[in-house]
Amino acid sequence: MEQLKTIGRELAMGSQGGFGQSKEFLDLVKSIGEARSKAEEDRIVLSEIDILKRKLLEPDIPKRKMKEYIIRLVYIEMLGHDASFAYIHAVKMSHDDNLLLKRTGYLAVTLFLNEDHDLIILIVNTIQKDLRSDNYLVVCAALNAICRLINEETIPAVLPQVVDLLNHHKEAVRKKAIMALHRFHRKSPSSVSHLISNFRKRLCDNDPGVMGATLCPLFDLITEDVASYKDLVSSFVSILKQVTERRLPKSYDYHQMPAPFIQIKLLKIMALLGSGDKSASEIMYMVLGDLFKKCDSSTNIGNAILYECIRSISCIIPSPKLLEAAADAISKFLKSDSHNLKYMGIDGLGRLIKISPDIAEQHQLAVIDCLEDPDDTLKRKTFELLYKMTKSSNVEVIVDRMIDYMISINDNHYKTEIASRCVELAEQFAPSNQWFIQIMNKVFEHAGDLVNIKVAHNLMRLIAEGFGEDDDDADSKLRLSAVESYLQIMSEPKLPSLFLQVISWVLGEYGTADGKYSASYISGKLCDVADAYSSDETVKGYAVSALMKIYAFEIASGRKVDVLPECQSLIEELLASHSTDLQQRAYELQALLALDARAVESILPLDASCEDIEVDKDLSFLNGYIQQAIESGAQPYISERERSGMLETTDYHSQDHHEVPSHALRFEAYERPKPSSLRTQASTELVPLPEPSYYSEAHQPISTSSVSERESSEIKLRLDGVKQKWGRPSYQSSTSASSTPPQAANGTSSHPDVGVGSSSLKPRSSYESKKPEIYPEKQRLAASLFGGSSSSRSDRKSSSGGHKPAKGTASKPPKENPIPVQPPPDLLDFGEPTATSVTATDPFKELEGLMDSSSQDGGSTDVMGVLYSDAAPVTTTTSVDSLLSELSDSSKGNPGTYQSQTSKGPNSQEALEKDALVRQMGVNPTSQNPTLFKDLLG
Amino acid sequence: MIKAVMMMNTQGKPRLAKFYDFLPVEKQQELIRGVFSVLSSRPENVSNFLEIDSLFGPDSRLVYKHYATLYFVLVFDGSENELAMLDLIQVLVETLDKCFSNVCELDIVFNYSKMHTVLDEIVFGGQVLETRSDEVMKAVEEISKLEAASNSISLVPKSVSGWRGGR
Repeated sequence: MEQLKTIGRELAMGSQGGFGQSKEFLDLVKSIGEARSKAEEDRIVLSEIDILKRKLLEPDIPKRKMKEYIIRLVYIEMLGHDASFAYIHAVKMSHDDNLLLKRTGYLAVTLFLNEDHDLIILIVNTIQKDLRSDNYLVVCAALNAICRLINEETIPAVLPQVVDLLNHHKEAVRKKAIMALHRFHRKSPSSVSHLISNFRKRLCDNDPGVMGATLCPLFDLITEDVASYKDLVSSFVSILKQVTERRLPKSYDYHQMPAPFIQIKLLKIMALLGSGDKSASEIMYMVLGDLFKKCDSSTNIGNAILYECIRSISCIIPSPKLLEAAADAISKFLKSDSHNLKYMGIDGLGRLIKISPDIAEQHQLAVIDCLEDPDDTLKRKTFELLYKMTKSSNVEVIVDRMIDYMISINDNHYKTEIASRCVELAEQFAPSNQWFIQIMNKVFEHAGDLVNIKVAHNLMRLIAEGFGEDDDDADSKLRLSAVESYLQIMSEPKLPSLFLQVISWVLGEYGTADGKYSASYISGKLCDVADAYSSDETVKGYAVSALMKIYAFEIASGRKVDVLPECQSLIEELLASHSTDLQQRAYELQALLALDARAVESILPLDASCEDIEVDKDLSFLNGYIQQAIESGAQPYISERERSGMLETTDYHSQDHHEVPSHALRFEAYERPKPSSLRTQASTELVPLPEPSYYSEAHQPISTSSVSERESSEIKLRLDGVKQKWGRPSYQSSTSASSTPPQAANGTSSHPDVGVGSSSLKPRSSYESKKPEIYPEKQRLAASLFGGSSSSRSDRKSSSGGHKPAKGTASKPPKENPIPVQPPPDLLDFGEPTATSVTATDPFKELEGLMDSSSQDGGSTDVMGVLYSDAAPVTTTTSVDSLLSELSDSSKGNPGTYQSQTSKGPNSQEALEKDALVRQMGVNPTSQNPTLFKDLLG
Repeated sequence: MIKAVMMMNTQGKPRLAKFYDFLPVEKQQELIRGVFSVLSSRPENVSNFLEIDSLFGPDSRLVYKHYATLYFVLVFDGSENELAMLDLIQVLVETLDKCFSNVCELDIVFNYSKMHTVLDEIVFGGQVLETRSDEVMKAVEEISKLEAASNSISLVPKSVSGWRGGR
């Protein structure tokens, strides 16, 4: 019967064209519907596109036909094919006076174009006209189009009309105008910031629909800035009260609930306003309590409001009575058969658990049921809840479950998330080091390539630092267990790259530390890794560095080093590697093997990976050197900022543009030009030009202001904007930051309230006795998840990172050496010849001679900038020398070395130590560290 | 904010797709396919919600409802309520049902522009505009009437209501 009906309908549409649809469209849809494969569908669509292209080229297409073509093209583009050839026709159609055509045009344009498309400019005028139309349907169509087509540049063109429409007599128009303004606010808050008061005004609109629409922008505004809307708390509460008391017209009822969408929006706004505000929260108690009583929990929408109440209560400062009501609602959700409600219940539980941690215990069996549910969404939500309620007593069970689930899924996105959560929990609550390492191994093994690299760095750091207690014995046990587990895992095939990096690093640092494994055993294993994963350069780099450390420790301890044959061949292979990084590592390793014990020990000290490296950001150790250079006639350094500051005052062309901030499009008529005012403005801006400084003060080619600035700061090197050379590896600070939030989130549950916990055990046992059919293993799981919580809630471990500085400051690296030392003359230091050459022939004098006094524009300063940024003002006299020295130097070394040495420490030994430390700290193999190798060879 | 409204049939053919922030056609297709592959792997009788960060960015949720041969899908962010969104689908379907009396997949395919008209009355620029299906119907019918009246070139012999009444 149903089939007959559809056939009949098809026939009817075929003959009549349906809602403006023709036979051709029908055929197109039908043939696509019958297509058996994607290829067939594509073929049909492509031929259709060909036909349409041809037809659109025909002259004088009747509008009716054109409309039909456009609809077909919209449909084709929805199927994923390009219809850009027809965009212009859609734009043209939106200009039509006929409402049907206009609406079709607008529809096509909103679906085709984005707000930055070139063709938009052709529509703005039409939109402007339509917004002024007498026909409110035309106005609505234009408002609809605005939402999609107007961008920051075009907002000013339509804004006045939209604001006028806020007072339109039709409530449908007012509603849409509010929404359009909201859209503008989302796109560019600054463009409508002066109109925000309109939203408040519209809140008092006669029409409840308009009031409801106003809540959307207000919600956004309050999210951004709670404080300035606190005065509206009582208004919102009274609106909600009126809604729940059914003061709105009956037509606003939906499934017997009065205006539920408005209620939900209001509750969301109240949650924002009441958060952390006791007095605001108190105003809400009454209406929230009423809602719990009034909500009909048999309908979906009733439950939506109930859930929203729970959410609000978890955000504001709640009263005990409300909390109780919320807990009751949650238990109803959890006991329901509907998965949707269970989901909401679990979500609500996760929110409420922050306020009253005991609430979960009543629902433990329901939670476990959800954990075993076939519904993935529910399962994930439950894991989120478990994550929130993890403490040291249940961490093992929870993390084990999470890992099992992680292994079972294929969704990489979620796998990543759950892996990082496992890591986080393990770091925070690990009961033992052994367990921690085991968990980390599992995570890396099964999700290694998905884990954030920070996690790997964090693990290395944790192993290096130990668990914080000043118990070296425990730390070395931890390291040994890590080494043991890694040696075991290493034999497994196809380990993720990140995991191998960790393994290599740990083996390099601690593989031989305990004396249990010999250097040759560990180095053999490392060679195996480098062999087995020969395509992975990062892993190889780690392996080579680890080898270097193993050998360094051996040499430093005075033992004789036998380089394994496979290791030797690996080094030889890498010496010729295409990767300069690997090559450099290999050369370094080779060079290190030839050094004596004392030198090696200072290059790679044992277990020094967590020592702090003090960075002298001012490079004060260079002061003496600079002083000397200046005394002998060198030019002082001018920072880039000063130079560019000068550029700005010189370049008056840029000032011209300041009149029109950001070349915005203007839609009004051109103004009359005002030549006189423009000229005066330009001339005043010309005044601060540092005209005389260029030639009158031969030695100071900079503006007077910067001279005084320089005087105040003496002759220090300016490092603003200079990239920090020996910075701490950035992952360290960020990882410690990332591990704190969960602690804060869980912090509320950490109060050691043993009394409450033990009393709350009672309802659980009564609940269990009521349900005798519960499986014992579930009960066990429940007990391990929820039980014992009261006893050990307080003994959470401090997260890693807090104990770090203590160890770091205890033993500073030997680096505080402010006394500048002259660089040894035998070093082919690039900075040296310049200093001497400057005394002989001042390059600036020569340059200034070349410069014409009239060339005060940006060009001349650029020349200076180039000179300064080269750091060594090499002119013709010196360039030959330095070039020669550079050539001879580079011919000795490998091509990867860098010659720019001007800012490096003067003492080569010191630099060597520093580099060694940096290398150990920043295990990142891509970091360029050219000086070490050079110094080693030199 | 609502990010997207989609309707697709159980074979994964999109029947209507509207994204409230502009996305290039290829990205739209990718998302439609992605959503379909997730939906088609869901068992019966499970919840109607999905957390879909992997496709739509952080804090994205999806609510879907399966009617006969069609999936109705709403994608939105954390500022909306899942259960309420489920009811919004209900509103949409109820409205379409009134519009086409006993709506089926074919109605949606063949009345592409009207579908958009209905949807635009319910969701406006990503925000819920109207949830009373009677009001939506009124607006849509007014538009249809005016379109028919203004239609001097006589596109359609009968107005929508007339066509609907004929069956």
